[in-house]
Amino acid sequence: MSERINIQKTYKLYIGGKFPRTESGRYIKWADKKNSTVVNICRGSRKDFRNAMVSARGAVSGWSSRTAYNRAQILYRVGEMLEGRRDQFMAELTLQGLSKKQAEKEINQSIDRLIYYAGWADKFQQIFSRVNPVSLPYFNFTSTEATGVVAAIAPDDSSLLGLVSIIAPVIAGGNSIVIMASESFPLCSISFGEVLYTSDVPGGVINILTGYRSELIDHFSSHMDVNAIIYCGDNEDDKKLVEMNAALNVKHVIQFPVQDWAKDQHQSPYHILKCQETKTTWHPIGV
Amino acid sequence: MKKVKTWEYSPAPESTDHIQLKDKYDLFINGEFVPSSDGKYFDTINPSNEKKIAEVAQAGKADVEKAVASARKTYDKTWSKMPAKERGKYIFRIARLLQERAREFSVIETLDGGKPIRESRDVDVPLAAAHFFYHAGWADKLEYAFPGRTAKPLGVVGQIIPWNFPLLMAAWKLAPALATGNTVVLKPAETTPLTAMKLAEIIQEADLPPGVVNIINGAGETGRHLVNHGDINKIAFTGSTDVGKYIMESVAGSGKKYTLELGGKAANIIFEDAAIDQAVEGIINAIFFNQGHVCCAGSRLYVQEGVAEEVIAKLQKRMDTLIVGDPLDKNTDIGAINSKMQLDKIKEYVKLGKNEGGTLYQTSCSLPKKGYWFAPTIFTDVSQSNRIVQEEIFGPVLAIQTFRTVDEVIAKANNSPYGLSGGVWTDKGSKIYKVSQDIRAGVIWANTFNKFDPASPFGGYKESGVGSEGGIEGLSGYVNLV
Repeated sequence: MSERINIQKTYKLYIGGKFPRTESGRYIKWADKKNSTVVNICRGSRKDFRNAMVSARGAVSGWSSRTAYNRAQILYRVGEMLEGRRDQFMAELTLQGLSKKQAEKEINQSIDRLIYYAGWADKFQQIFSRVNPVSLPYFNFTSTEATGVVAAIAPDDSSLLGLVSIIAPVIAGGNSIVIMASESFPLCSISFGEVLYTSDVPGGVINILTGYRSELIDHFSSHMDVNAIIYCGDNEDDKKLVEMNAALNVKHVIQFPVQDWAKDQHQSPYHILKCQETKTTWHPIGV
Repeated sequence: MKKVKTWEYSPAPESTDHIQLKDKYDLFINGEFVPSSDGKYFDTINPSNEKKIAEVAQAGKADVEKAVASARKTYDKTWSKMPAKERGKYIFRIARLLQERAREFSVIETLDGGKPIRESRDVDVPLAAAHFFYHAGWADKLEYAFPGRTAKPLGVVGQIIPWNFPLLMAAWKLAPALATGNTVVLKPAETTPLTAMKLAEIIQEADLPPGVVNIINGAGETGRHLVNHGDINKIAFTGSTDVGKYIMESVAGSGKKYTLELGGKAANIIFEDAAIDQAVEGIINAIFFNQGHVCCAGSRLYVQEGVAEEVIAKLQKRMDTLIVGDPLDKNTDIGAINSKMQLDKIKEYVKLGKNEGGTLYQTSCSLPKKGYWFAPTIFTDVSQSNRIVQEEIFGPVLAIQTFRTVDEVIAKANNSPYGLSGGVWTDKGSKIYKVSQDIRAGVIWANTFNKFDPASPFGGYKESGVGSEGGIEGLSGYVNLV
């Protein structure tokens, strides 16, 4: 009997709740260290990014106006789905060069991080909102509001945990996101899109692109409908470019150095706060 | 209609004999008043009569270096090592001294900037003192402001402030920076340097360690030297969006932090069920407070169709009673435009508004011959795409549009690159919360407008800025959380 031919996966983008190929038709060859598995990763283009931005903008008002409880449950659901797909991520992470033990740790931590932020989604507002004792007869209160659409360059060295650590606080806070996955280890980013697809996250809230950082970073940071840009990495030229481009429409700039995302200090409600605006409302007191 | 005869107001000028002003002001560096290194001075004039009040030293690059070096030295040797509660006591002292000399400061603020004495007396100066008092108490309580994290000062902060609330903006900037343990180089606006120099006297009197606060004067060039100085850890800026963007570009790649309070074009929304007379007062206050030189001014008015005619008629009637003139007169509602440059800009926009097809209504008040003046102005028949609806004018010019539904007015209100503030007028509570939630702006006034308090965060969304000032949120701009 002949050996069964296995079915190989086509890695595509995740935009607006769908899995399109890059409109550019370009690809990047990705191979594991032994060169035993070779896949074609989409080389996302400026147009892909702009399409993703349209989806993200369209999704943000619905997502931010959902109840915090609902957002919390959906984030928890993402964790559930990831738990159920461990094997797939084990395979991809080990293919990307991690040992079995390392891969298992990365998956566990990614799931735990989703659960951590699921728990914050309906609480951080209480930590960061307040009633202010103004010296006038007004009820004055400050609350947090989602910044809007966030564009992010994910950590390059942490394929799954890095991606999750950036996405989770952004969407827990009611924003939508377009994120550029790790260029070096792109496999599980698109598989994570499949997790999202089955997790009740509305299409467009999270959009994942693959491609070359050097090509996309300029577009990510210069787009005039982006409200905040997250950059993960240590390249000084990239950091400067992001900050220069942010000035075009006064984007918030959030930067993370290359760091060990496994550490607990890299999860925090203050990360959610980075993509929140502060709204203060004055209401008269009187009859 | 028979014109009802009303009593005229008698002049009620605030006296100026009690104030102390020098002919010449130097730079305040390392606790001392020193001349600028190249000996350059510029005049500061009274915009209500174009008379020179004093000469002020203009800081060049060498002076900026000196000021930053002094701030750095004091940060390293003294201020960052001082127990927080002692730091707080210095700031309390400043608040108290300012309260004691409130009347003098009010008069000088009005002389130098042109704003009505009623506003500098009742708003600017008391609020400035309140800012110092509020923040002083935070100095030794920061662990309660940022649970789970430790707040560390940033170091040396460069601060650049505008001319519309000179003393108040200095207080907004200095108080939180000092309370959190930073040292400061402050640059006031070139048309309004005097109250900051008087504040320097108070800082000296309060015996603050030399170099904790340095105040240097000058225009854009001085500001550029400060922004680009290599030993600054943060820039805090209040002013135009254009300059804000320039600052973002300048500090890109340098690791400097920044907070920016930039321009605005606030929507003030009047619903049919609002208390109309109150709303009309609110519209007046929203746009004509401080001659409209307010970044959060309610410069776009949206009136629901059913009451538009009534609101506009009442608004015009109320505008006719506004007293424009001598800023030192206690009856004055609208003072002088801050500078010739600003007056020209306002005139240009009004011309533009007419060319764009807007219908203009201006009060027929008599304006003084000397000085810079502009009559209260409203435009009707304007549309969303008109430049006077989109761009910040920073003067007593209101653009009025109508709307039918809540969704429509929210879309119109948010159709702006700015997002600093907004106003909503209705007697229905649930509508207030709906509209104030949906307006993309940092400060929402419901059935009121232009209220400020040190405990109340102030800051913008979108191109109106980055970060907040006031309250706990304001502290976070001056600390690293570790």
